[in-house]
Amino acid sequence: MTPQLVSATAPNGADHAAVPSSRQADMADMADMAEYLLWLGDDALVSAQRLGEWITNAPELEEDVALGNIGLDQLGQARALLSYAGELLGRNEDELAYFRDDVDFRCTHLVSLPRGDFADAVVRLLLVGAYSEQLYAALTTSADERLAGIAAKAIKEVRYHVEHAAGWAVRLGDGTDESHRRMQDALNRAWPYLDELFDPHPLTDHLDGIAVDPATLKEPALQRITAVLDEATLTVPATQRVAGGGRDGRPSEHLGPMLAVMQVLARAHPGASW
Amino acid sequence: MSGSPTAEWPLWEVFVRPGRGLSHVHAGSLHAADAEMALGNARDLYTRRGEGVSIWVVASTDIHASSPDEKDSLFDPAADKPYRHPTFYTASEGVPNL
Amino acid sequence: MHGDHAPATSAGPAGPAEPSASGQSSFDRVIAGDGRIEPRDEMPDDYRKSLIRQISQHAHSEIIGMQPEGNWITRAPSLHRKAILMAKVQDEAGHGLYLYSAAETLGASREDMMQALLAGKARYSSIFNYPTPTWADIGAIGWLVDGAAICNQVPLCRASYGPYARAMIRICKEESFHQRQGFEILLTLSRGTPAQHELAQEAVNRWYAPSLMMFGPPDADSPNSAKSMAWKIKRFSNDELRQRFVDMLVPQAQALGLTLPDPDLRWNAERGHYDFGELDWSEFKAVLAGQGQCNVQRVEHRRRAHTEGAWVREAAMAHAAKKAARQQQSARGAA
Repeated sequence: MTPQLVSATAPNGADHAAVPSSRQADMADMADMAEYLLWLGDDALVSAQRLGEWITNAPELEEDVALGNIGLDQLGQARALLSYAGELLGRNEDELAYFRDDVDFRCTHLVSLPRGDFADAVVRLLLVGAYSEQLYAALTTSADERLAGIAAKAIKEVRYHVEHAAGWAVRLGDGTDESHRRMQDALNRAWPYLDELFDPHPLTDHLDGIAVDPATLKEPALQRITAVLDEATLTVPATQRVAGGGRDGRPSEHLGPMLAVMQVLARAHPGASW
Repeated sequence: MSGSPTAEWPLWEVFVRPGRGLSHVHAGSLHAADAEMALGNARDLYTRRGEGVSIWVVASTDIHASSPDEKDSLFDPAADKPYRHPTFYTASEGVPNL
Repeated sequence: MHGDHAPATSAGPAGPAEPSASGQSSFDRVIAGDGRIEPRDEMPDDYRKSLIRQISQHAHSEIIGMQPEGNWITRAPSLHRKAILMAKVQDEAGHGLYLYSAAETLGASREDMMQALLAGKARYSSIFNYPTPTWADIGAIGWLVDGAAICNQVPLCRASYGPYARAMIRICKEESFHQRQGFEILLTLSRGTPAQHELAQEAVNRWYAPSLMMFGPPDADSPNSAKSMAWKIKRFSNDELRQRFVDMLVPQAQALGLTLPDPDLRWNAERGHYDFGELDWSEFKAVLAGQGQCNVQRVEHRRRAHTEGAWVREAAMAHAAKKAARQQQSARGAA
């Protein structure tokens, strides 16, 4: 593991003293850029991994197919982002996915929460989707052309995911007493983790014009979410936020077990091709 | 236990337009609780490989079909009108552009 | 009347009546002329029942078949393989749905078919009652199980019942990638580290004989085959298809650098086919009878998913009813 490569701070060890200052700045930018790509890539990968757990477990066969499609979109996003990060870090997508420990991941806690019931899946897809919708829309104009390209593809996919989640949120929220209760419970469970998505972070200041300040996404994303919740006759929870820390190497308790499953085979055969 | 069977989601017929300039063609059916879900399911089920540019879904109960019992009276009368087909006219054989 | 999907109840509990004399003769004419029977044509009750049985078993196989492979989605060893596997398992759900849809044109309801599966009354392909303990099983399933399925399914694209044949055309088109990806997994493993090579060989050793049994019992012991062939639902006998499959496998195994676990396998120049050893049908029958390693687990998994999803399916119906009522009310208000 080389965690310093993915550190949020610019490398400033003695080794770098001989490096000309402009190159040092480039390397700092590269490390920051890679770090930002891990934010986005890890969120997408961990979401896809959770959706993968749904296949063969959906409430109706048609929904198995639908969740599979969404998972495949997210996995595609993760691969584009991690490949890019990997090029900056001298590692490939699989080394990043399979040979980093949970503390080296940069995903938020919300995406790594346990699978839960179908209401949890719908709520998470809605909350993360509404955030991603704003995020990728903003990133389509990123000064980094490759990231802008990834965002341009992702935004079309994410809009559909939000539509899918919104449709279900309304059906379940305004369905039966049981489905309403389950949706409200799921919403209450997820809500404390929502704020972490929008926490400001010094990293995005370092990447001015390339990255997006997450705090600026909050209002439009919340607008979208509350409009759906209104139609679904659900109440915005008044719960306090929890601490978060996923972007800074303080992952949720659930990430480790998830990665243990995801990585078990790859780590049993280090250096093998598949 | 598998529980008492709940009311099944209704059946929808799916029609997909494979490309611009072509008609929608019947692709199959699926179950969905409402039209919006039927469209989404149709998209996921019948266009996973880019098979379509447009989808129609129609509740199966809204399709009115001719009955096989009426087949003779509906379709046989058309069979004895060969003069509707260009091949009926032989006098123009060999004459250009006709 | 409602197109291809006559309401399931219209047939009544006893099923539709036998065709009239003219219906029967038109059915016979279509079959003799290699034409297609369509949903609302008159057809012998036996033909209808036989099709419902075959198509629903086929659909159940696709749905249950998602599980042994779904078992590896979360552990696939590279992101590339994970994406392929997710797409493949998803395709299987899709194929099950195409087939249920075809069976529904015969008056069977999906919920009834599903309840029969969950109650353990309906059959599905026994092959899915074998476990997938290693990643190489995903390769072996693709190469051997999907390979055998394709051999079985290609002739079904010309089955005499239109909706079944059309579903099979779509399925065969989509499945061609399934066998290739399995072959590719095995080839990569076979050429990989010694441990990977061993995984591949061990998986082929386990899946080879069961995949040959997928074509069903020898023709002499296959009671339903003759009728199915007369009706042109089935086009080739079990033994013909099995031979065709073995003939295809041998050169493919050589390309993989793996051996097929049959000491009696050898080329017979006189027949122009490979001879192969006797299969252990007692094992096949035991698995069919419910004694496979995963019979109980597979049905239980499906039952749990169906049961846990009940509140979702109910809620969606309740919401649709509410919405319809509101629309009606506002339409009345506007009038």
